[in-house]
Amino acid sequence: MRTRLADRDGALAWIFLMPSVLYILLLVALPFVLAIGFALSDVTAGDPSFDWVGLRNFERIFEDPVFWQSLGNTFIFTSISMVLIVVLGKVLANILVADFRGKWIVRFFVLLPWTTPVALSSIAWLWMLDSIFSPIDWVFRQVGLLGGVGAAIKPDTNMYWLGEPGLAMGSVIAVHVWRLTPLAAVIMVAGLVSIPRDLEEAARVDGAGYWRRMFEVTIPLVLPVAAVAALFGAIFTFTDMAVVDVLTNGGPNNATQVLTSWAFFRGIDGGDVGQGAAIALFLFPLLLAAAIAILRAVKRMEV
Amino acid sequence: MAVVEVKHLVKEFPGGVRAVDGIDLATEEGEYLVLLGPSGCGKTTLLRTIAGLEQPTAGDVLIDGTIVTGLPPRARQIAMVFQSYALYPHKSVYANIVFPLRAVKMERTERDRKAKWAAELLGIEHLMQRKPRQLSGGERQRVALARALVRQPKVFLLDEPLSNLDAKLRASARDELKRFQEEIGTTTVYVTHDQVEAMGLGDRIVVLQAGRVRQIGPPVEVYDDPADTFVATFIGSPPMNLVPRDGVLVGFRPEHLLPAPVVSGSAVPVPLAVDRVEYLSGDRHVYGTARGIGEATRVVARLPATVDAPVTVGEEQDFAVARSRLRFFSAGSGERTGEVAL
Repeated sequence: MRTRLADRDGALAWIFLMPSVLYILLLVALPFVLAIGFALSDVTAGDPSFDWVGLRNFERIFEDPVFWQSLGNTFIFTSISMVLIVVLGKVLANILVADFRGKWIVRFFVLLPWTTPVALSSIAWLWMLDSIFSPIDWVFRQVGLLGGVGAAIKPDTNMYWLGEPGLAMGSVIAVHVWRLTPLAAVIMVAGLVSIPRDLEEAARVDGAGYWRRMFEVTIPLVLPVAAVAALFGAIFTFTDMAVVDVLTNGGPNNATQVLTSWAFFRGIDGGDVGQGAAIALFLFPLLLAAAIAILRAVKRMEV
Repeated sequence: MAVVEVKHLVKEFPGGVRAVDGIDLATEEGEYLVLLGPSGCGKTTLLRTIAGLEQPTAGDVLIDGTIVTGLPPRARQIAMVFQSYALYPHKSVYANIVFPLRAVKMERTERDRKAKWAAELLGIEHLMQRKPRQLSGGERQRVALARALVRQPKVFLLDEPLSNLDAKLRASARDELKRFQEEIGTTTVYVTHDQVEAMGLGDRIVVLQAGRVRQIGPPVEVYDDPADTFVATFIGSPPMNLVPRDGVLVGFRPEHLLPAPVVSGSAVPVPLAVDRVEYLSGDRHVYGTARGIGEATRVVARLPATVDAPVTVGEEQDFAVARSRLRFFSAGSGERTGEVAL
């Protein structure tokens, strides 16, 4: 009897692993090494020859106030969206696990934002937030919040959602939250259904009302899962520029510029590949540290 | 102390399954009532309906004469111990025990005092700062009991609290549970599928099958005077022998089928063709075919260690059953019937 290929575990392991190893090498490791190389060079779109410049790209970006503004914006954008995503995700998850008539249609609508391609949904939002034709403004005008002398918000006919710095950031956050909440909700549903039903029932028999059960039993038990959802969300948010790019392009006046969009404008649109790579790499050590910290915390919380 | 009563209770699950099918039942003050039945007989559903975790389709639950059917569990003054114990895994033993007290907004010093009292009663004071995962099965069970106890409820509801313990621990935990309840004196409804637990713990046993009560009575009565063939064969190990004869079933417990010389008084002779003997912790279980009492039927005899009459495999031997030990059931319905002359 000869051994066949199917019997040789060692060889099979390599064959089965190869596609993902190749994928990671070509699409993750190679670009990452390239990015480090670019960040330490003077490569531009016009002059792709590689010349070593040490840390000069980093010095340049640190001197640029827009970089610091983008960094600040990134943190504001990420932290506010994360809090909203986790809280709303938990609320949505509660709705998704509840048993009521017509829940499938609710589930369908809840998951819709997540399944829609981000470019499409962002463009839809771009129209919703249009400076002149925004339907939200129209509703505000109809109920007397906008337009006219006695209007509750202001006498103008429009809010200029993407034109005012504060509103623009708010809009970007709102759209991002709208987009990521379903994902967080689905992750938390997994956490919720893994809680033994006995615990909930024991708490009910022990006399705990809805809020006490929620805060003392359910939330502590989904916390590890919620932390994972938050980690995913934070990394998504940190590294995402689609919403910013489509809605505001970083404007007005860099008010919604985040590191990723800034890196893109600098490196690709502006052609300074070296600086773009340096900006993009700046957050890597921070993200790595955050990921390790969160995963450790999760491990400690596990019961 | 309180009386728990259910009246015409029906619980139908979606899909038309009647887990509880018209049960009437009442405990006495401070009684230890055991619900016994095979899996799927509706005993846990009945307990959960009493607790308020399930809403009955029809009928009422009464505690101390008050209808509590529409009330949520927390308004019923009950405490429940779950099969899994359902300890809050992220809370310490102390936090688990005081949880019900915090839910009723009891003062801190009072809470501590009660928690200490309950922990002392169950001998778990030294475990107060541990988390449930650091406890053994027996310790978890005590914590669950302490959590049920601190509120001093009117009724204890226990759902197979011993089934997660290993066999050795189970026996001592059973003994403890019984002593504990005698000390506290709280009315207890206890669910189990284990007849040994039921016989050992219950003041009265309720035998359930397919959502209906088959018999209610003290352990001795349920064992010695089963109401029908279901109870007769469900309780007892090995179960009661049933021999068909002219439209009735003649029943007798294996320990009452003994070698003829041992049986005194008025006895029915049973020639037994022995085909197998088992030794089980001192007792001898004798398997064979009985004739003479009715149709030839395979029966089991259990000979205690005190009976040392020789039993030979492959031979027909003279066994007998005392007349007073015979029970008669209708072959059609399985219900008890009057005595039939043999």
